[in-house]
Amino acid sequence: MDVDKCIACGTCADKCPQKVDDEYNERLQKRKAIYVPYPQTVPLKYAIDPEHCIFIKKGKCGACEKFCPSGAINFKDMEKEITLKVGSIILAPGFKSFDPSQHDTYGYANLANVITAIEFERILSATGPCMGHLVLPTEFNKPHPTGPKKIAWLQCVGSRDMNRCDNGYCSSICCMYAVKQSLMAKDHSATPLDCAIFYMDIRTQGKDFDRYYENAKKKGVRFIRSRIHSIAPVVGTDGLLLRYVEEKGASVEESFDMVILSTGIEMHPDTITLSKRLGIDLDHYHFVQSDSFHPVATSVPGIYACGAFTGPKDIPQSVMEASAAACSATERLAEVRDTQTKKIETIPERDVSREPIRVGVFVCNCGINIGGVVNVKEVVKYAMSLPNVVYVEENLFTCSQDTQDKMTELINEKGLNRVVVAACTPRTHEVLFQETLINAGLNKYLFEMANIRNHDSWVHANDPDAATKKAKDLVRMAVAKACLLSPLQEMGLPVTKSALVIGGGIAGMTAALSLARQGYPVHLLEKAESLGGHAKRLYQTFKGESIASFLEDLIREVKIEDRITVHMNTTIAHVDGFIGNFNTEIETTSGKKRIEHGVAILACGAKEYQPKEYLYGEHASVMTNLDLDDLLKIEDPRIKQAHNVAFIQCVGSRDETHPYCSKVCCTHSIKNALEIKKRNPEANIHIFYRDIRTYGVREDLYREARKQGILFFRYEPNEKPIVRHDGDSVQIAFKDHVLDRTLSIHVDILCLATAIVSYHDQGLAQSFKVPLDSDGWFLEAHQKLRPVDFANDGVFVCGMAHYPKPIEESIAQAQAAASRALTVLTMDSIKVGGVTAHIESDLCSGCLACLNVCPFKAITFNHRKGVAEVNQALCKGCGACIAACPSEAAVLMGFNNKQLYAQIKAAFAA
Amino acid sequence: MTKGKQGSVMVVGGGIAGIQAALDAANSGFYVYLVEKSPGIGGVMAQLDKTFPTNDCSM
Repeated sequence: MDVDKCIACGTCADKCPQKVDDEYNERLQKRKAIYVPYPQTVPLKYAIDPEHCIFIKKGKCGACEKFCPSGAINFKDMEKEITLKVGSIILAPGFKSFDPSQHDTYGYANLANVITAIEFERILSATGPCMGHLVLPTEFNKPHPTGPKKIAWLQCVGSRDMNRCDNGYCSSICCMYAVKQSLMAKDHSATPLDCAIFYMDIRTQGKDFDRYYENAKKKGVRFIRSRIHSIAPVVGTDGLLLRYVEEKGASVEESFDMVILSTGIEMHPDTITLSKRLGIDLDHYHFVQSDSFHPVATSVPGIYACGAFTGPKDIPQSVMEASAAACSATERLAEVRDTQTKKIETIPERDVSREPIRVGVFVCNCGINIGGVVNVKEVVKYAMSLPNVVYVEENLFTCSQDTQDKMTELINEKGLNRVVVAACTPRTHEVLFQETLINAGLNKYLFEMANIRNHDSWVHANDPDAATKKAKDLVRMAVAKACLLSPLQEMGLPVTKSALVIGGGIAGMTAALSLARQGYPVHLLEKAESLGGHAKRLYQTFKGESIASFLEDLIREVKIEDRITVHMNTTIAHVDGFIGNFNTEIETTSGKKRIEHGVAILACGAKEYQPKEYLYGEHASVMTNLDLDDLLKIEDPRIKQAHNVAFIQCVGSRDETHPYCSKVCCTHSIKNALEIKKRNPEANIHIFYRDIRTYGVREDLYREARKQGILFFRYEPNEKPIVRHDGDSVQIAFKDHVLDRTLSIHVDILCLATAIVSYHDQGLAQSFKVPLDSDGWFLEAHQKLRPVDFANDGVFVCGMAHYPKPIEESIAQAQAAASRALTVLTMDSIKVGGVTAHIESDLCSGCLACLNVCPFKAITFNHRKGVAEVNQALCKGCGACIAACPSEAAVLMGFNNKQLYAQIKAAFAA
Repeated sequence: MTKGKQGSVMVVGGGIAGIQAALDAANSGFYVYLVEKSPGIGGVMAQLDKTFPTNDCSM
């Protein structure tokens, strides 16, 4: 397949006689042997599946080649080996879903209504086999499916399981996706749907996850703490019978219409082979063997890894690691930056201000997408009759590369100075056509699109006459607006090539070092009198590495790095400016100082919750995990002398004041419990918990703890353990759920796994025009895809200022923030202008309506002139101020009122 | 070329992690070869219906 020639018209797939299981839809439906995996595939080019192509297998057929209108198919093409020389390699091979067909007990292979979670995603999806309708697999081909009434999710299939498979780790993502799927399923179901999730521990430790879980409970999703042993068919029906034991021992049988296996993740055999070939060390679960302080490094210098390959993780964590890997992989290459990238040649722009208006219209058939419904020839003829139109052309595919070259020629040959394309949507194609205008020496804003596909041929497929009439209307409207378009200018503002990092903990120091090593000066601010932050008190990572020695090295590296200026005992007084051009006033012990910087990274950390409960501060035996770390570090004799030790989890977390999980405390407590056990094997250790959240490979610690006889007792938030003074020790009374009675123990050390709480730093947030969420964490631009960015460009977040997290995640996020900051610092200039708002000061009454609606804080009030003003660098052209302005003083460039009124007038002019 | 160093990076895998790594490396001045074994990028995320917490379409 010649991807330059393929125009993705779909004729080849229509003509291909070979049907194949569609892996994108988890084999729930068929595709052809020539295919695009899904409609939005990038690149949108058809591919031949050599395993199933009849021509490749048997030398006969070739239908696709015969019917391809652009000659893109070439069966003589051979596999090629290409050698690339690269500076470094980033491995992001992803994961495969666990295959449950090897578990006969779940009957996945022979019970149709037992499916995997990824199959359920496809069933729910609008582009899936059921077009988004909730349908039982046994009803797929029925004309009137009733859909399920009861669905069960079974957690930990292929995870936390050393009996039926070797995946001892927690896959980290399944609890959250099961909760999401249960809510989605309820939404998709026309009738009330019963959803039950069978689980061991609900692990919703991510940002906002616990709220989502609590919300699911409120919406009636049932959470049942039990691991289902097997699924049996209900004889004579398609139903499925689950047997489980309730916590108090009663045996229950319940039938469901559908069972979804929350399958875990594992490494693909190909990934393991690739790692062996590259010499990369993998751990016992085949994830990359890495240390906590270099989370994206592998054992081979120059090769980095990210995503599920370094351990089970969700999307935001994968995105963070990906950015971190980009930063780490290019650190050694900073001196050869920009040596292999290609500079785009700029063509001088033609001055059209004195030319008469000459509109060119290009009408697209989009294969049969438009041409099969709309009479394109008639539309072409009609367009020719419109005022100012001097040239009209019909294209089979206006978007193909050869058409772009031809358009460039025509613009010059016919002297066109406004271009209208009647085709599909500007959302996907405007940028492409604008580039063609630039190549022809026209300002890219002298362009307008009429969407005669999505708005016309698709929705009026059954009425070709009306569709043709509407296509004419849309073209007339677009031409009317195009005649009034004028060139818009984009200005380049210089970028201050230095960074400000706020916070001298592990995250801040890591971000500062990354940027410095990439060649950029950094100002590192710390409010305290020493670097290190809370990590100074931590003892070891979950992998057992010493945090103190790492921290010592990190601080030394920061201090000797020439490009880092450390400002101790310093706070932010005032921030001016925007991306590329910040000017910040800092307050130090020696007075105020101004710093110019192009980017800012907020790494100001979080703090330990100070408990008011469980006799903390009242009894010497009661301490927090940080206090216990101190004792472990100094080898305090109390550790070896203790007979009984207890930990209470979720102290200050997952309650009304802090309705989130602090993420690190389960692991911290278990790690410390194991350390006590190591030094004092006779000690009896008790851990009181709500859900044990040792996600990922941390699960090994939990298993080890149970093996070593550490006892785990679950408590409900309404029946918390009660702690009382008892001389030198404390007494803990608690409810044992298995025995269903209250027990009590006396302990020498009671460690409280306290919450991590935010500083709620509203002042800093306002200074940088970034939001805080209701728990006081800095709120990123997008929780999934932009986990370290803010809507205010040029400002980034990392570490615990974003949310509680362990060290390796803080370091990855810090490197990610540096990576994102580099995309700004390496720019020659910041482009401002184009489609932005402008306020006519003569018309502005100073009512501030625009200022209050602007989501980007781009509008300020000029007190001297009494009018509002738009900062072009901050404006994103959303148009909110235009709609809010009562006196039409706000104008959106490229969408001004005159242009829009002309378009509306043209709509009614037929 | 300084000491024979290459100003380019190869990213293996075109899922959400590979795409983000490729974008960041390219946007900070390095030529990127993004290698993917299937005919399209997107990986497992492209198969998901909606994503938490906004319930956005994963496309």
